Parts: sequence; C-alpha cells; structure tokens
Amino acid sequence: MGTTALALIELGAVIFGLALLARLAGRIGMSPIPFYLLGGLAFGSGGLMKLEGMAAFSHLASEIGVILLLLMLGLEYTARELVTGLRRSWQAGLLDVVLNAAPGAAAAWLLGWGPVGALVMAGVTYISSSSIAAKVLTDLGRIGNRETPAVLAVLVFEDLAMAVYLPILTVVLAGVSFVGGLQAVGASLLMISAVLLVALRYGRQVSTIVDSENAEVFLLSMIGAALLIAGISSAMNVSTAVGAFLLGIAISGATAHNASLMLTPLRDLFAAIFFVVFGLSTDPTSLPPVLGWAALLMVVTTLTKLATGWWAAKRAGVAKFGRARAGAALVARGEFSIVIAGLAVASGAVPGELAALATTYVLLMAVLGPVAARTVEPVMRALQPGPRTKTA
Amino acid sequence: MNVEETPLPGIGTRKDLVTESGRRVGVVAYRDGDTELIVSKPDDPDACVASIPLTREEASALGNLLGGHQIVMQLTEEHSEFPGVVTRQFSIMAGSPFDNRPMGDAHLRTRTKVSVVAVMRAGQVQPSPSPDFVLRAGDLLVAVGTLDGLDAAAEILRNG
Repeated sequence: MGTTALALIELGAVIFGLALLARLAGRIGMSPIPFYLLGGLAFGSGGLMKLEGMAAFSHLASEIGVILLLLMLGLEYTARELVTGLRRSWQAGLLDVVLNAAPGAAAAWLLGWGPVGALVMAGVTYISSSSIAAKVLTDLGRIGNRETPAVLAVLVFEDLAMAVYLPILTVVLAGVSFVGGLQAVGASLLMISAVLLVALRYGRQVSTIVDSENAEVFLLSMIGAALLIAGISSAMNVSTAVGAFLLGIAISGATAHNASLMLTPLRDLFAAIFFVVFGLSTDPTSLPPVLGWAALLMVVTTLTKLATGWWAAKRAGVAKFGRARAGAALVARGEFSIVIAGLAVASGAVPGELAALATTYVLLMAVLGPVAARTVEPVMRALQPGPRTKTA
Repeated sequence: MNVEETPLPGIGTRKDLVTESGRRVGVVAYRDGDTELIVSKPDDPDACVASIPLTREEASALGNLLGGHQIVMQLTEEHSEFPGVVTRQFSIMAGSPFDNRPMGDAHLRTRTKVSVVAVMRAGQVQPSPSPDFVLRAGDLLVAVGTLDGLDAAAEILRNG
C-alpha cells in the first residue's frame, strides 16, 4: 500500500471515528471535546494502535485548528463589545483571573514544574470554555435570563485576557528572560490597543479587505489572511494563535458575523483534528498518576468559577438562584485550556506530566461543566427547604 | 414605561420590561435577525419560563395583536357615546385576495360603509391609511362601522 493510500485510510478512519464520537456526545447532550481527547488517547503513543501515515497532514491540520479556534474567538465579539465589556466588568474579570489562575499555578508549583509550568497551568485552569458556556446557555433557554449578561461579560474579559496571555506564554515558552517577558507584555498590550483602535475606527475598511459578496472569494480571503498573519506572527515569535485572534477582533460587524457562520464547519473539522492530535501525543498510561491532582483542581476550580459567577451576577442585581446559574455556566473548561497546554507541550519547555494533567483536567471539567449548569438550581432548591415549603 | 435594553455580547440584545404584576417580558433580538419572545418565571424573575423563537411574520403579527387591541379598546371607548358604532380588527391572512393589493381595491367604504381607521404592521401603526395603501399578509386592520357593515367587510376581506 502506498503512503498516500495509507494516510487517506487512516485520516478517513479517524475522522469517521470522530463523527461517531460527536454523534454520541450529541445524543447525551454533551460537548464533543472530551470525546475527541479520549479518541486521541486511545490511538496515541502507548494506546491501542499507531497512526503514523497521516502524521504530516495531521500536524499541520492541528495547527490550522488552533488558528481557526482563535480566529473564531476573535470574531465572536466586536471591538465595541470588547471595549464596553472591559469598561463595565473589569472587576469581575480581575476576580476571575485571580481566583481561577491561582489554583493551576499553585498546583504546578507544588508539582515542581517551575514558573513556566505555573504560567501554563494558570492559563489552563483560568479560561472557561466559551463554546460549552454558549451551548449551555442556549440549550437551557437562559439567553433571556438576567444573569446572562454577567456571564457573557466574564467571557468577554477572558477573551481579552487571552490576547495578553498568549504572547507572554509564547515568549516565556521560548525561554526568554524576565525582562524579555516584560517586553512581551508591553508589546502585546500595545498591539491589542492598536488593533482595538483600528477596529473601532476603521473596522469597516479592514472588513472590506476580506469581505466579498461571493462566498468562495470571502472564504479564500479569510483563510488566506488568517494563515498569512498566523505565519508571519509565528516567524516574529508572537505565536501563530495571537495573530489569528487579533485578525478576528479587527474584523467587525456583518463581515465578522458572516465569517463566523462560514468558518464554523471548517473550525469544527480542524479543531477536532487538533484535539485528537493532542490526545495522540499523550500517553494514556500517564493519566492515572495525575488523577488525584486533576480531581483536586476540579473541586477547587469549580468552586472558584462558581464564586466568580456568583459575584459578577450579584453586582448585576441578580438574586441567588441566578448567581448560582451564572457561576455554574462558567465552570466548563475546554478548547482553550487544550490550546494552551498544546502550545506548552509543543515547545518542549514543560514536563510531559503537564500534558497528562491538562488532559485529565479538561476531560473532567468539560463533562462536569454542563452537568453543573443543569443541576445547580435543583441542588440549591433541595438544599434550601426554607420559605418555599412553608408557603406551599 | 421603562423598556430595558441590555447588550448581549456575541449574541444580540435583550429588550424587556417589568410588568405591573412583577413579570419580566420582552424579546431577545439575535444578531442574525432572529427574535425570541421571553417571559420570566413567576417565582424567579431572573430566569425565563419560556423563550419562544418567532419568525419575522410571527413577531410582527404578535406585535399587531398586542398593539391593535389597544387601539380598538381606545376607539371603542371614544365611540361608546354613539350607540351602534362598533370598532373591530381584521387580520389579512396569507392567501387573502387583498394580500399585496391596494386597500382601495376592496371598496370597503362604498360596499359596507365601514372605514378603516388604522393599519398595524410589524408593530407600527399607519393611521388613516389611504385607498392606495398596499395591504400585506399579517397586517391588522382596525375598522369602525355598524355591526352588519363590519360583518360584510370581514366577508369581503376573506373572500373578495
């Protein structure tokens, strides 16, 4: 059998397998991300079977998956929404950073992974899965709820925080000194401010560069622009992901909306490959030893996200059931935690156990998140039989 | 009346108001143009008991029903001192012979002595529409006349 034939068969089998997993996830109303990770683990190093024929393609495809994930994250909110969100809810955003980055950093520190490992794990435990949160809010009919703007505001802040965090992470992973790190922070803040300013002032002009009535032209210009910018930023050591993300922010209005509609299926395909490749690179036998740590992080960071949402919703004048719903909607961690762990593992600057811990953690949180969002209200009502039973 | 407009980043806008009875009602206007009717739970005004997706036509028909009723009530009150004058509302159904035709084609005034005093469309009121006003399915006509005249007008609007 030729190499092309082998690669096609492997790739086809993997993608078909992902379809079955996604179908299963949909059947039980869950995010497919943990299933993709498990799928990757099953065939990874030390797993059931070796898949080497498709390696060349899957490596590039998973890079494209990260680029599309971040491009879509940037497209999700307009520059104006980001700026007003930042102005209105920076307190909740900061609380979110402090409460949720600290447990990851502390765990990495205790495990002896040093400052780089701590920075990576801080990101992994900090960032909520906006895709799971959005799905939960839609599925449970909570878009019209009063606490929802508070949830979205936290997600918007996390979005911006990623724009600061990713460049720093890239520089640190590349092994630059403390001063170099500070320069990276300065440079990234400058870059984000510039992009936001350009998007606010000239958003329409930026959009017209890629926009087109013709769907084919539009698709090719979007993908072309995203890959070009990602490649250039990678060459400049700014991280491929950040370039795509900033491009997403710079594109606004109807163009951004159309672009996200058009790119969603492509993102789904390439992101699925990214999750599988990440799973493939992780040895499944390395998971059980870190299970205890992952479970501990799960308990702590579920409570910290609940507290974040609770506080944010309380500030918005929402009563306690709404506060609990807001907190639970934020509990899920998913795609971006894996993106962060993936960047770290690819750089080789962190120990292999980190990938195992991040994988286990995301597996737990991606499953727990939607369950928490669904059950938080009934649990609270059951725990608190006070005035309701009296009036009944 | 205090209609609260809350931006929902990445989703759209929520517009709602709190009724006298303490319920929150409103709509979520999605970025892609979809509309959802939201009604809060009786025991938890922060949560929604229902979020009902509405098509453009359904939303405007619902708007007409709510707004049209107000106008009819108001006119009925104004006409209460003239016995025999009745106010009624007519919907232009899809498939009505006057869908997409000027209102004058129905010759309502000549044939039934009924006057159409307003047309509600997409929640907007068109007061005193002229005969060349083109009717559309989903429009709500507010008409004033005698009982018999209004019955005849209803028949004309339905069957031509």
